[in-house]
Amino acid sequence: MEEGMSLVVKTVIRLLKGFILLFGVYITAYGHVTPGDGFAGGVIIACAFILIFLAEGKRDSMKTFGETAAREMSCIGGLIFLLTAFAGIGISGIFLKNFLPTKAAARFTLFSAGTIPICNIGVAVIVAASLYLVFSIMSSLHVIVKDDEEREMINRGEEIE
Amino acid sequence: MIYSLCLVLILIGLYGVVTKKNIVKIVISLAIMEYGVNLFLILIGYRNNGVHPGIEESESFTHFLAHSVDPLPQALVLTSIVISLGMLALMVGMCIRLYERYGTFDITEIRRLRG
Amino acid sequence: MNNLIPLFVAIPLGIAFIIPMISRRIKGVAAFLGNVTMIGLSVMSLVSIGKSGMYHMGGWDTPIGIDLRLDGLSVLMLLSISIVGFAATLFSTRYMQSYTSRHRYYSLFLFMVAGMNGAVLAADIFNLYVFMEIASIASFALVAFGCGHEDLEAAFKYIVLGGVAATFVLFGIAIIYGVAGTLNMAHLAMKIGNKPLSNPLVFALGLFISGFGLKAAMVPFHSWLPDAHPSAPAPISAMLSGVLIKAIGVYVIARLLFNVFGITPRVSLVLQILGTLSMIVGVLLAIGQWDMKRLFAYHSISQVGYIIIGLGLGTPLGIVGALYHLVNHSVFKSLLFLNAGAVEYSTGTRNLKRLGGLYKTMPVAGSTSLIASMSIAGIPPFNGFWSKLIIIIACVMSGHYWLGAWAVLVSILTLASFLKVQRYGFFDSLKISVEQIKKTPPMMALAMILLAVLCVGMGFFVITGFDSPIIIGPAAESLLKGVFVL
Repeated sequence: MEEGMSLVVKTVIRLLKGFILLFGVYITAYGHVTPGDGFAGGVIIACAFILIFLAEGKRDSMKTFGETAAREMSCIGGLIFLLTAFAGIGISGIFLKNFLPTKAAARFTLFSAGTIPICNIGVAVIVAASLYLVFSIMSSLHVIVKDDEEREMINRGEEIE
Repeated sequence: MIYSLCLVLILIGLYGVVTKKNIVKIVISLAIMEYGVNLFLILIGYRNNGVHPGIEESESFTHFLAHSVDPLPQALVLTSIVISLGMLALMVGMCIRLYERYGTFDITEIRRLRG
Repeated sequence: MNNLIPLFVAIPLGIAFIIPMISRRIKGVAAFLGNVTMIGLSVMSLVSIGKSGMYHMGGWDTPIGIDLRLDGLSVLMLLSISIVGFAATLFSTRYMQSYTSRHRYYSLFLFMVAGMNGAVLAADIFNLYVFMEIASIASFALVAFGCGHEDLEAAFKYIVLGGVAATFVLFGIAIIYGVAGTLNMAHLAMKIGNKPLSNPLVFALGLFISGFGLKAAMVPFHSWLPDAHPSAPAPISAMLSGVLIKAIGVYVIARLLFNVFGITPRVSLVLQILGTLSMIVGVLLAIGQWDMKRLFAYHSISQVGYIIIGLGLGTPLGIVGALYHLVNHSVFKSLLFLNAGAVEYSTGTRNLKRLGGLYKTMPVAGSTSLIASMSIAGIPPFNGFWSKLIIIIACVMSGHYWLGAWAVLVSILTLASFLKVQRYGFFDSLKISVEQIKKTPPMMALAMILLAVLCVGMGFFVITGFDSPIIIGPAAESLLKGVFVL
């Protein structure tokens, strides 16, 4: 049996996944100007990956972007945030201080507000990785047992279709 | 008046947690309770005839302060939503594992620990 | 010195993120990093004894920014978290060999420690809530770590009740923000402290006592504890019962009631009633238990009752007794749980009916459990005797004779149940054959000996006087200073 959903769904998702990802990155990057910050952007990026997971099926998705890669990305996202906070100590002696220079004329543009966009990116990475991890583990690494016969098969260590 | 409706939502969630037997329904009732509390927290920051707290480029600061709703509860609610997301994900994962072990979703049958 | 304060939270958090990445490449580094972090935190806490300070995060000043405050009580809690945590990680280097995914265990453990450190350092209420939730969610996952039948059932009960408690606390925070307009503790104390409380604030105070009382396992809210603490792995039971119920339960109630709301006779009466109920219900339910860890868990409820009574008296001697009993209980209760873990590791069972005569075959576990049982029952010269004595003297001196009588009676019943544990578990005739008993590994023995030495040594804290023991005196002073001033 072919993995995943039908051909129509797969084609549509292959066309759309770039746009959804771009939208999520836009909300994260402009998080200090428009409504929405790292958390909302991270959820949308996770939605893009979950759509790919649903369309392509468990086996192929776990091979391409599986559990270990998602765990690494979540740790990296957390470390981005913490390294920004520690860099605040290194440069000006206060934890989490906003140390990039911001001029009043540069308000409401992309490169204002100091270290906040970097923290937004860290938060988006960790949220996206964690949501994708929760979804993929719950759907592909756990067996929902239908009745006693299947439970006997699990207890004996056999494979279930 | 709308604050008491929030309290009704919280009490509905609490009723669900206390009475329901299916563990998935208990998880959903806890989610309803958290929605109610988040709604209450946002409504605390409301100001009559206020506008949303996003400052425009052409607006002056004092004009913004006089007319916008309070932005602090909105930041608090964002944090609270993330916390409840983590807790709900953990709870649902535990429900799946409980079904694998006990074979039922009924909480009156998942009672090995007594005394 | 002030720059050290955010590191208490940032270092365990950073290492908790690094551990899963590194242990994929190098095997077995997770235990090493966990132990090194806890040693570092202990050293940092020892360095900050006697100091105090306030740290503004990000450079923003007080009403606008988030503060971290270090004073005597915070130092006491940080010390107890680090030292008990170090004993637990030392114990779990061998104990967790039979579990899988050990690196996730150490990562979750460090998240729990970071959350507890943040909760005792936080100076505004919402940050306190966030750190309390970090520690709670990590502890939910740690209770369910073994993924057996009982672990999952106990963890599910714990997580639902913990979630309801967190929702109550958030509701209380919302009401306080609506009434007072600020969330910083010093600012809040300025607006609502020491004045008669209006009705929304009384409701908020009730919600706080319910929510944090559930985390502290006071009596109407205690039903998760006897299921959750036995089902967790032994070092996690030690951490939960030893520090978690105090760092995010009793500490927060003390901080809010003494330093923010201002203590009044009505609130004291509520605390005294809840404390007495906890003491009596805990010990009565504990006597009939045959599972070692379940018996210890019920005794945790009873000893937390002592602490709440001491806080509810409101007199300086009562508060000193309560805080002294808090740290004593951390030490001897974690030692008891580590002993139960060692017994389970060596013999494979926790049921007192099937154990016996372990004193000769497990000398370290036997002697340390004897020391811990004598401490908790209140036998001189161990530390439990002094703290219970101070609480009972404080009860009598402030005129609550019935409280003192109940405290003495509960102490006698505690002695009875621990005599039962010692007799059935350690001193009877050997029921399991000697060849089946595994030897206690040296790391586990070292952790137990460390806590036993502390049990004996902390009895000497009263050398500087009954009303101001060595580190406890400044801690009690910071509560007795009254409502915060800006």
